[in-house]
Amino acid sequence: MTAVVTATGLTKLYKSSLALDGASFQIGAGRIVGLIGPNGAGKTTALKAILGLTTFDGQLNVLGLDPRKDRGKLMEQVCFIADVAVLPRWLKVGDAVDFVANTHPRFDRAKCEAFLARTKLQRGQKVKQLSKGMIVQLHLALVMSIDAKLLVLDEPTLGLDILYRKQFYQSLLEDYFDEEKTILVTTHQVEEIEHILTDLMFIRNGKIVLDTDMDSLGERFAEVLVSAEQAPAARELKPLDERQVFGKSIFIFDNVSRPQLEQLGEVRRPSIGDLFVATMKGTYA
Amino acid sequence: MKTFYWLVKREFWEYKGAFFWAPIVTGIVFLVLNTMGLILGEVFGRRTNWGGFKYNGDMHFQGSMSPEDLHNAGAGLDIMLYAIAGIILCVSAIVVFFYCLGTLCEERRDRSVLFWKSLPLSDTSTVLSKVFSALVLAPSIAVVVGVVVGLVLSVLIGTVASMHGLGVWSLLAEAHPFRVVLNLILLLPLYAIWALPTVGWLMLCSSWARSKPFLWAIALPVGAGVIVSWFGLMGMAGLSSQWFWANVVGRLLGSLIPGGWISHASTLEGLDRNNPAAMVDSLGLVYNYSALASPTLWIGAAAGAAMIAGAIWFRRWRDDS
Repeated sequence: MTAVVTATGLTKLYKSSLALDGASFQIGAGRIVGLIGPNGAGKTTALKAILGLTTFDGQLNVLGLDPRKDRGKLMEQVCFIADVAVLPRWLKVGDAVDFVANTHPRFDRAKCEAFLARTKLQRGQKVKQLSKGMIVQLHLALVMSIDAKLLVLDEPTLGLDILYRKQFYQSLLEDYFDEEKTILVTTHQVEEIEHILTDLMFIRNGKIVLDTDMDSLGERFAEVLVSAEQAPAARELKPLDERQVFGKSIFIFDNVSRPQLEQLGEVRRPSIGDLFVATMKGTYA
Repeated sequence: MKTFYWLVKREFWEYKGAFFWAPIVTGIVFLVLNTMGLILGEVFGRRTNWGGFKYNGDMHFQGSMSPEDLHNAGAGLDIMLYAIAGIILCVSAIVVFFYCLGTLCEERRDRSVLFWKSLPLSDTSTVLSKVFSALVLAPSIAVVVGVVVGLVLSVLIGTVASMHGLGVWSLLAEAHPFRVVLNLILLLPLYAIWALPTVGWLMLCSSWARSKPFLWAIALPVGAGVIVSWFGLMGMAGLSSQWFWANVVGRLLGSLIPGGWISHASTLEGLDRNNPAAMVDSLGLVYNYSALASPTLWIGAAAGAAMIAGAIWFRRWRDDS
């Protein structure tokens, strides 16, 4: 696999707190990677480092370039949606398209017009007249018309209703993503991206605590529904997490052999959300 | 080059109210006030025999005027055009002052900087497009609007005068609106060089300050000036607080005022205040551009360029949005 992003010992010190603490990871081409972590874990800082928006220590290679030095060149091939609220309020829809069409060498105007035609956006509308969902439609139409190698999304659907959220990821998958492109996304709405991710990274206190692809995730982690009598036996196997449902216990195990678990009860793949909660236990304590 | 054009266009979109409508509205207000004045004069003139516009019917201006007088009347009109353009330029200078102070801070505050930074636009060309908007785009609009307002006013006055049987239209023909516009446009490069330290300083503050750039931009130089004055009062050797106020504080904050370089231009000799035509000639481009010989102007410009470079650096690395 050719790496799009290679980070080694990524460290960022904000005044007195470590936002990134020697994080190392690799992102391959053609992957959709979810970077998940609690508030303040360093997600946004990591993305900012990749996008050359902040200084940092350590090694970072994005598409063969150092984001600190070659940001100008890098941004022709990297695109990002930082947040739903960053489009300037005075900008008109039509002007936004004209501007990007004339300043971005990899922008496909016809594509963008086609995306916009599927929405209710009018050329003369200003961003401040649009709802949050419509702003995201505009931003997404602009970004999806750019033939970028790496797309970075930082909480792209924050504050949107479920219709817009579903539509957002559906468009990304159907109209944008292919094996040439790589998407890196952070979000708190884990359930919604669970089925589109190919890789998963958990970040906690500035360190990558889990880095796996979704296939090996199912082999490594298991969730077992255990009856009350067998719960002590399950606890012997050092579960990551235990929770009670209807008098039964649900355990999450890391790297315990499948046959052993099947004796205890029904085994299935844990959801990312449950795995996340299990991994991040005690973060805010 | 194409990118730069679109960057300037973007500034115009965002600050259309400031760059375009502010001078136009000022011009309209100016015309309305003058029209009100003319009407007032008319009304007074009719009611009383005193004051106002009251002429005995058959006065023929141009007939009794020598060619030299006509020439002077035209020069007087030119001076009026310069003056009105100057007023509009002053308004534009105020607008540009706040534009420079706000633009780089505002885009971080509303986080739109993250959108612009997601495009392959360098910080250098972005900041330079803002400098261009402040020093070339806004003053050019002001000059054009100013001269148009001046011409409309001349026509208004001409109309009122002809209502009183005063044939002043030929006087208007003696004015040189195109020369005035050309001269003003040709003065813009000098204006830009002169205003660089203020634009640079305000943009540096805007790019650096986390919030309230206005406070920093004013407080730092004025505070420094007060301290220098204080040491000066205590009789420290070699400190002239007056020099500091004029050449540091004044240049950092006040260089956008049109014509600020006048005191650095060569001294005028034999200026005949009773001869408008000669006055306009002696106040021409050569006189203004003699300010280029003053080292103060170039030191200020260099400082301005350095501060703009600082603003670019901060835009690249300021990480608080």
